[in-house]
Amino acid sequence: MWWPTGFAMRWNRGHGNRYNMEKLLQIEDLKINFDMLVGTVSAVDGVSFHINRGETLGVVGESGCGKSVSAMSLLQLIPMPPGELISGQAMFEGQDLFKLSKEEIRKVRGNRISMIFQEPMTSLNPVFTIGHQILETIQLHQGLEKKAAKEKAVEMLRLVGIPEPERRLQEYSHELSGGMRQRVMIAMALSCDPALLIADEPTTALDVTVQAQILELMLDLQKKNNMSIMMITHDLGVIAEVADRVIVMYCGKIVESADVRTIFHDPLHPYTRQLMESIPTLESNQGRLKEIPGTVPSLHNLPVGCNFQPRCARAEAGCRLKKPSLKEVKPGHLLACDLVAEAL
Amino acid sequence: MRNNIKTEEALPENTDAGHETTYTPPAASFFGYQYIPAERQLLHSFISNKLVLGATILFLLCVLCAVFAHWISPVDPLEQTLSMRLKPPIWYSEGMSPYFFGTDRLGRDVLSNIIHGLRISLTVGVLSVALSLVIGLSLGLIAGYKGGFWDGFIMRAVDIQLSLPLIMVALCFMVIFGQGLGKLILVISIAGWAEYARTVRATVLSIREKEYVEAAHALGFGPVTIMIKYLLLNAITPILVITAVQVPRVIILEATLSFLGVGVPITTPSIGLCIARGYQVLFSGSWWVSIFPGLALMILVGCINVVADWFRDALEPRSREQV
Repeated sequence: MWWPTGFAMRWNRGHGNRYNMEKLLQIEDLKINFDMLVGTVSAVDGVSFHINRGETLGVVGESGCGKSVSAMSLLQLIPMPPGELISGQAMFEGQDLFKLSKEEIRKVRGNRISMIFQEPMTSLNPVFTIGHQILETIQLHQGLEKKAAKEKAVEMLRLVGIPEPERRLQEYSHELSGGMRQRVMIAMALSCDPALLIADEPTTALDVTVQAQILELMLDLQKKNNMSIMMITHDLGVIAEVADRVIVMYCGKIVESADVRTIFHDPLHPYTRQLMESIPTLESNQGRLKEIPGTVPSLHNLPVGCNFQPRCARAEAGCRLKKPSLKEVKPGHLLACDLVAEAL
Repeated sequence: MRNNIKTEEALPENTDAGHETTYTPPAASFFGYQYIPAERQLLHSFISNKLVLGATILFLLCVLCAVFAHWISPVDPLEQTLSMRLKPPIWYSEGMSPYFFGTDRLGRDVLSNIIHGLRISLTVGVLSVALSLVIGLSLGLIAGYKGGFWDGFIMRAVDIQLSLPLIMVALCFMVIFGQGLGKLILVISIAGWAEYARTVRATVLSIREKEYVEAAHALGFGPVTIMIKYLLLNAITPILVITAVQVPRVIILEATLSFLGVGVPITTPSIGLCIARGYQVLFSGSWWVSIFPGLALMILVGCINVVADWFRDALEPRSREQV
């Protein structure tokens, strides 16, 4: 039997109910191309999803499937060129994030939408104390006096569980451990009470125990502030631990989207199924690990028909004919596979 | 350089550490290497290196001479005493009292000219390096941060500038616009900015991809903050190193231009001019007129080079292995 390793699963965290929720972010038909020397690739190809207030959305997928690109594009952090926004809108608090000017989007960054990154080791500026950096962020967005900002910084560091915050403010990033640095990053990201936190593989570079602490911390803070989290990862264990709803991406498209329980217990898309089957288990004494055959196709020459068809265990001749579109097959369960959808 | 941190002392004796409340790293040595706290490592490597220490002291003496030139120099460097023409240094029997290193063809004191010449050399060195640093730094920063058109534009300008020999550019400018200290400084700094721009841009390009810069963007900082606080301050090491190496080069360039007669006007005491004057009488036996200014220039430039080399090694330990 499959079971994500590492964490106890917590299904009912009190705010996973999708029926009485207000949409915080609504993304429609996001398409992003990159102009490379060898040609144009479509990194994100018509992605639509939403995030509710107070909810954690997990975004899963292999490397290069467009999960980070879609998240970065929300804050206009994709360098253009080579990137190019072909279409799409992102409605957030009544404004389209893609239409904001440079000055306007800067007021959103770190203030209403914050982001934390994969590498806590290098996410802090090595030439300033962490106190200076947190203070700078707070003063930038909240316009507090230095003294008030300092109090706020100490409070934030205490909130993320850093002992002796007053002393830590004087330290440089090289004096902190990886877990501590990620805590500082979270403190900086949350110092302005953002409505949405984008976490781009926040725990990939950390030990499993520290990973658990950091995730626990993020969920605690989420509850306190009623914040939404967009958790980007390829670690299914992390998704099982924190997410309310999950989006599975493959080659720049969403292939399946459902609440976390359905994704793990009753996945419909062959890709999701094969992903779940490839999680190693503790019980069975299996020899070779299960895997999805083949490799992720290059974005330069995608297969004909369904993107997953060459690797799919259930592929038929019809899969080569047209690209499947994302359809709601059950309430709240979106699927991009015509074969499975017809069988339902 | 390696035995800089090698200890020459015995292990410290066991002291009673019971009353200590805060943790201090042990001063003990491991395998002959002494523990030195990070903040004192630079100072330690400086003091334990006798050559660098000596060079620094000599350099500081030159600086003091230059600053207090008016008080130190025995006579006015431009004062001509025709009765005292071509007097040899004071230890010769024909030597005369105030003229320690002798006099030139017009009876001007060589020592006073050296002291005042150091002043000109250092002024030109420091000011033109500072000016070209400002130009090169801003342009390199913009090229590295903005990329695209501006990067291409600025870097092509750098390529053109670097393909022209520095001395030729300076020579042409000085010939066209005439002599003068201010013009000289301006010309040298305009001719030298490209080196800085290229170094800064290369460093910025590598720093720009670091996660903390990305994080700064994501936290909503503006381009000016990111350029100065994130890119420039993290690129400071190679900038300091190249600055320290450029100062002696510029001093030599100033002396060269003055020697060729297109640098400072002849009414200014300059080491290059002194050497040029002595060059005319060098083979008629009056060697002191150009040898002593030449030695002074050599000592000044040598001292700065020694200190700059140490500085580079101390700031960029990896460059030691490459060279």
